[in-house]
Amino acid sequence: MSRFEYIPANIAIAEGAMAAGLDFFAGYPITPASDLFEYLAEKLPERGGVVVQFEDEIGSINAVVGAAWAGAKAMTATSGPGFSLMVEGLGLAIMTETPLVLVDVMRAGPSTGVPTKTTQADVFQVRFAAHGEYSIPVLAPWSAQEGFDLTVKAFSIANALRTPVILLTDAALAHTWERVEVRSRGEVCVRDRKPPAKPPGEFKPYEPDEDLVPRMAYFGEGYGVLVESLAHDYEGFYAPNTEEYARLVRRLVDKIERNAGMIVESATYMVGDAEYLIYAYGSTARSAYAVVKELRREGVKVGLFRPKALWPFDAEGLREVASRCRKVFVVENNLGKMVREVERVLKNKEVIPINIIDLEVPPPEAIEDEVRRWL
Amino acid sequence: MSGKPQHPLDKYLITKRLPHIWCPGCGIGVALAAILRAVDRRIREGSLKFEDLVMVTGIGCTARAAMYMAFDSAHTIHGRAIAFASGVKLANPRLEVLVLGGDGDIAGIGGNHLLHAARRNMDMTVFMITNMVYAMTGGQVAPTTPTGMYTTTTPRGNPETPVNVIKLVAYQGANYVARASTTHPMLIERFTYKALGKEGFRFIEIISPCPEIFGRHIGFRGPIELYEELKRKSRFKPSPSLEESDLDWENGWVLGEFVDREEPGYLRRIGRV
Repeated sequence: MSRFEYIPANIAIAEGAMAAGLDFFAGYPITPASDLFEYLAEKLPERGGVVVQFEDEIGSINAVVGAAWAGAKAMTATSGPGFSLMVEGLGLAIMTETPLVLVDVMRAGPSTGVPTKTTQADVFQVRFAAHGEYSIPVLAPWSAQEGFDLTVKAFSIANALRTPVILLTDAALAHTWERVEVRSRGEVCVRDRKPPAKPPGEFKPYEPDEDLVPRMAYFGEGYGVLVESLAHDYEGFYAPNTEEYARLVRRLVDKIERNAGMIVESATYMVGDAEYLIYAYGSTARSAYAVVKELRREGVKVGLFRPKALWPFDAEGLREVASRCRKVFVVENNLGKMVREVERVLKNKEVIPINIIDLEVPPPEAIEDEVRRWL
Repeated sequence: MSGKPQHPLDKYLITKRLPHIWCPGCGIGVALAAILRAVDRRIREGSLKFEDLVMVTGIGCTARAAMYMAFDSAHTIHGRAIAFASGVKLANPRLEVLVLGGDGDIAGIGGNHLLHAARRNMDMTVFMITNMVYAMTGGQVAPTTPTGMYTTTTPRGNPETPVNVIKLVAYQGANYVARASTTHPMLIERFTYKALGKEGFRFIEIISPCPEIFGRHIGFRGPIELYEELKRKSRFKPSPSLEESDLDWENGWVLGEFVDREEPGYLRRIGRV
């Protein structure tokens, strides 16, 4: 039965994960993600799951990858410094096409930075930090409710595309308390992993279906699967030749990009007649939304475009909305990251970066001041 | 394979991937064969199922073993095999998880995971093949390299003391800690058989010759010379103490079972047995 609870986004994410079928969580304490971990340590074992604190983030992510191959719906949660340590294991998950969800609660960096305070500086880190060719879905909620909803979606994508999925939030959002509709396991729709369609002996763990996604056999099912971090062919055999390597990495990218319809989702507000468009995501989008409402009161025709998935980038959605606008403002709590993608996608459009570093959240007034200069 | 006599361990191997990558004279094949013989004994007597076996490895010469296994296996990343294997076991306690790795993989880059898996008494068997060198990358110093020895990254001699992994793992609370050598394959088989019948963290160090990258670099011209040297240095003792566990190039080392206890494994401690 769904119920309404007054909870912060970190807890909403933990609830979303349990609703999506989570049965294994490994983590390492880090502000501002620890309370998510603590909540699961309390709740998940009651539901038959396992929660373990590892010696570091490296151990955590690798245990999550191992657990997924043993059949678990597995997740970890961390913040920038921990994510940096997890990048190696994330690469393993990408290469071995392991379904898992990694929650990254951004905090101000570089290095130890300001552990308790917020940023949006890591939107490229989550997309590009691992070495080699790949694509990875990154979802970015703006509210506690969306924390719940997009976590469910993250598991669904991970299962369906046999890929790690990043759920990207930030320190401000993590501890934003809101009324959240918490649904139970039977009330959410989660795609499952595709089981083998061939018997052991014929089954190949990296042979894709038409959707470019291979089926998955777990350890202990008699398939003799080989999880291989080296570049491999369909069987998982090391294949150090250009042809096999190119086929592998193209597919790793294409299976995400061609199935982007399953991932990409953007919300728009008051864009129908908009002459000006604000592009914003995550906690900053909340302030941007306030600016849109304020300026609309004065008759300024401004709207908001808010991607719920940062990667793959919703180029089509943005182009369609932006085509009717004169100027596009990109508001971020960093020195200019996603604006580069916006500029790339909207080549002939006037794109104005509004970069506000604020350890809380960029306040509507600061954004509004910037926007007014260009009206 | 038709017409050729089949090896009794072929059912554990993806024979179409053979020959393996290991150099002539390398001890890894000897160690692996002894491990698989013990596995086979367990399977034949019905105390282990083929489909419950999972071999997890990291990176290095030894780690390549996973690629040849006919049962479930994972060739993961450098140093992380124990962490990966912990996740496997925790998610499906029915599985019998074997970790194989070189000394660099297990005790160097993976040392932190080793320490904590031993402390947790995590249910798995870890085999560390000690060849005292980073072989796959061409002969760099390892955490087990004897003091003073020349390697490509210690051209003036290794100034460090080699790690005593036996003590390290024993002091953390592992249920079973033994040292064997590929010069004495029967010991590997016997220790493995015993380890597979236990719960908790089981650790078997296996001294093994690397004639190409270790032996030749320190003046042993052929595999047999190095093998004979390691055999001279290895002494079996029935119940050795931890004080006798140092890896001492000058005075040799002791083979045997240093720890054998029956503490509850991690899964029992969290109520998942």
